[in-house]
Amino acid sequence: MIQIDVLRRKNKEEPAYLQSFLYEPKEPSETVATALRRLNEQASLTDKEGNRADPIVWENSCLQKKCGACAMVINGRPMLACDASLSALKSPVRLEPLRKFPVVADLMVDRSILFQNLKDLNAWLTADADPSEKKNPDAYEASRCLQCGCCLEICPNFAVDGRFYGMASMVPAARLLVQMPEKEKKELAAEYKRHVFEGCGKSLACQDICPAGIDLQGLMARSNAAAVWRRLLWKKRN
Amino acid sequence: MKRINIAGAGLAGLSAALTLAKKGIGCNLISVQPSERAQSVLAEGGMNAALDTMGEQDSPTFHYEDTMKGGVYLADPNAVRGLTSAAPEIIRRLHAIGVPFQMKDGELVLRPFGGQKKRRTAYAMSSTGKVAMTALIDEVRRFEASGLIRRYPHMEILSPAIEENRCTGLLARDTFTGECFMFRGPVILCTGGMNGLFSGMTTGSTANTGDVTAAAFVSGAALGNLEMIQYHPTTMTIPGKRLLVSEAARGEGGRLFVERTDPESGRTENWYFMEEKYPELGNLMPRDVVSREMSMVTQDPSCGSRVYLDMRHLSRETWEGKLADLRKEVIHYLQLDPAADPLPVSPGIHFFMGGILVDEQHRTSVADLWAAGECACQYHGANRLGGNSMIAAVYGGHVAAENAAEMVLRHTDPERTGNEPDEADAVSCGKMSASDEAQQMLSPAFAGQVQRFLAEGLPVFRSEENMQKALQGLEDLWTEALTEREKRRLLLARAILLSALSRRESRGAHTRTDYPERDDKQFRKTTAARFVNGEIQIGFQEIPKDRQEGEE
Repeated sequence: MIQIDVLRRKNKEEPAYLQSFLYEPKEPSETVATALRRLNEQASLTDKEGNRADPIVWENSCLQKKCGACAMVINGRPMLACDASLSALKSPVRLEPLRKFPVVADLMVDRSILFQNLKDLNAWLTADADPSEKKNPDAYEASRCLQCGCCLEICPNFAVDGRFYGMASMVPAARLLVQMPEKEKKELAAEYKRHVFEGCGKSLACQDICPAGIDLQGLMARSNAAAVWRRLLWKKRN
Repeated sequence: MKRINIAGAGLAGLSAALTLAKKGIGCNLISVQPSERAQSVLAEGGMNAALDTMGEQDSPTFHYEDTMKGGVYLADPNAVRGLTSAAPEIIRRLHAIGVPFQMKDGELVLRPFGGQKKRRTAYAMSSTGKVAMTALIDEVRRFEASGLIRRYPHMEILSPAIEENRCTGLLARDTFTGECFMFRGPVILCTGGMNGLFSGMTTGSTANTGDVTAAAFVSGAALGNLEMIQYHPTTMTIPGKRLLVSEAARGEGGRLFVERTDPESGRTENWYFMEEKYPELGNLMPRDVVSREMSMVTQDPSCGSRVYLDMRHLSRETWEGKLADLRKEVIHYLQLDPAADPLPVSPGIHFFMGGILVDEQHRTSVADLWAAGECACQYHGANRLGGNSMIAAVYGGHVAAENAAEMVLRHTDPERTGNEPDEADAVSCGKMSASDEAQQMLSPAFAGQVQRFLAEGLPVFRSEENMQKALQGLEDLWTEALTEREKRRLLLARAILLSALSRRESRGAHTRTDYPERDDKQFRKTTAARFVNGEIQIGFQEIPKDRQEGEE
C-alpha cells in the first residue's frame, strides 16, 4: 500500500490543503498517472481518514511521455506523472501542481504563458525551411519539445511575466533558427537574444529535467551561435 | 470577414485553420487542451504519398489502388482519388514548413508500410506525428499573431448546436473557469476517434472520448461504418493503455512469429507464419489481415499463446538512424530491449475507420457542419492502411475548410455565417447550474460497463451470439437515472453494435465467424446509423460511383 499526498485546491480563490490517499498498485510497472486514474475511477473516492473526496483534478492525454499534459511536482521534482514509476518513489509520494504557473484546481495549472511567450518571440518561419539534410538532426531534436513546463519549474531565472522565457522557448526557437534562411533570421534572432540568451544564468538546473530528454545545452549553444554570435561577427565585418 | 469554428486542434484542425487563414478567413480554434497534447503527436510511422523518390515508378494511382484494396472497397473512390493525388504536394508543403523528414542525397526517403506494394511512407524516425505537429503549430502561430486564428485551448467541446438539421454553433465549457460559451456560426468537427468507449484498451489519447461524436449523433448527424474498428497487430499492455509498437518496426524488417510444436517430433520452432502464408507482403500485409492471423495462430493448439515481434536481426544503422525512439520507448515501458529480445505483442484497438458520415467535401448530414480527421468516416473504408491516417487528417481538414469557406463567402445571412468581426467570438452562457452540470457527469463504473460489453462484443472475430449478448448487456444498463452524457454514450455504443450486427458478412476489420465471406452484392455499402425520433436506425447506403471508372 502506497500513501499518496496530494496538494489540493478547489480553485485559485480557495486555500490549498494536503490530502492523503492510500493506493494499492495492481502491477509493478504502475506510474503516478496510473494511480491517479485508478483513484479517480473509484465509485466514491475516500481519503486516508475515510472521508469522501472529490475526484483529483489533473491533466492527461497520451499517458506515454509524448504530450506533456501530466507535468506536476512529484516528491519535489517536476516530472510527467506517466513517467514517474511508483516503485522508484519514496512513500509517501507527494504530488503538487507546478508552482511557477497559476493553479486552476488541484494538480492542474494554467500554462498559457508558454504559448504567449512563443507568440511574443515571433516563433514561426517567415520563408520556406532550408531543406538540406544536414539541418535535420537539430530540427528533429528541437521538434520534440512537449511544452510541458518542467524546465521552467526548475529554472531559477524563469518567472511568469518575466523577460526570460526559458528553455521552453529556446527549443522551438532552435528549430526555427536552424531551418530559417540566413536573411530571415533577424527578427527572431533579436527576440531570442533578449528573451533567451540574455536571461539564462547557466545554472544547468534544467539539464536532466526534460522528460523528452532533449539535448538542451547542445541546442542552446548552436542557437546562440546562430542568433547572437554570428550576428555580432557579421556586424563587426560591416 | 466571418469566422468559422473548428473543434479540435490536432492535425485535421490545424490543417483546416491554415487553409482558412491563407484565404484570409478567420477561425476560432477550440480545443480541450493545447495542440501539443493532441493524439496526433502520438502518430509514429509516417505519411503515405506517391512521391516516387525510390525509383519504383510509384504513382498516385497505385496509392489509390492500395488504399481502396486495403479498405476492401468500402471507401468513397472519388474522395480517395482526391487524397492520393494531393498527397505528394502535402508532403512537399510539410517539408517546406520544416518537418524534418528522413532524407538521403537531397531527396525524401520513403519506407515500406503495410498493404502497399511500393515504398511510399515519408517519416522522421518513429515520431513523425510529433514533428509534423510542431511545424504546423508554428505555422498556425503566425496567423494567431495576425489575429486571423484565435485559439481557445482550454474549452471542453460539449456539442454542436443543431436546429432543424442545420448547425448554428458550438457549445463549449472553459475547463479553467467552468463558464460555458456558444460559438455561433458554422462548425468543423476535428475531435478524434472514440477511444473513450474503449477506455484503457486503445493506443490513443484519453482526451478523445467520443462524446462529441455521440452528441452530434443524438442531434441528428448520421454516422457511418461504426463497426470498422482497427486492431493494430503490434501493441503491448502497459498500465492504463495499450502501447503501440509502430508498423515501422515491420517496415524496417521486424518479423512476427509464434512458437509451434511439431506433434510428432515434439520439437518446438519459431514459426514465422506471416511470411509462410503471404510470401509477397509477408509481415506487411494490411493490419486487419495480420491481426486476424495472429488471433488464429494463438488459438491453434500446436502453437503458443503469444505472438512475438522479432527485431533482433536489424542492423545497428537501422536502430540508430530509423528506430532509435521506438527502441528507447520499449525499453522504458517494458524493460525489454527489442534489439536483444523478441517482443510479446498482441492486437489492440488503434483506429476508428467509422465515425461521422461525410461526403467528398467533408459535409456531414447536417447543414453547416463538417467533420475531418479520425472523427469522420472517410478514406479508409473497412480497414486503414498504415501511413494513411495523418495524410488523410491533413487533407481532410483542408477539404472541409475549403468547402466551409465557400459557404461562408456565398452567404451573407449573419445567422448562418457566424459573428461579425467586431462581435465577441463567443457568447457566454454563464456557469452551468448544479443540475445541468450533473447531467455532464460520467460515472467511471458506468463507463467501465459500456467498455466491457463493447470489448466482449467486438473483438477481432465476431459472432451474432456474442454481439447480441453485448447488446443486451448495454440495453440493460439503460435507466432514467443516467445522466445526459451517459445516455448519449450508451446510444453511441448501441449504434456501434447494431451496425456490426447488421453487416452480415466479413470485410476488413469486421470479421464474423458466422458470416466468413465477403458479400459485395448486399454489403459493399456504407453502414449508416441515424438517430430518428428517439430510435437508432441502421441502413445501408450506396458508395458514390467512381467518376473516373473506365477512364484508365
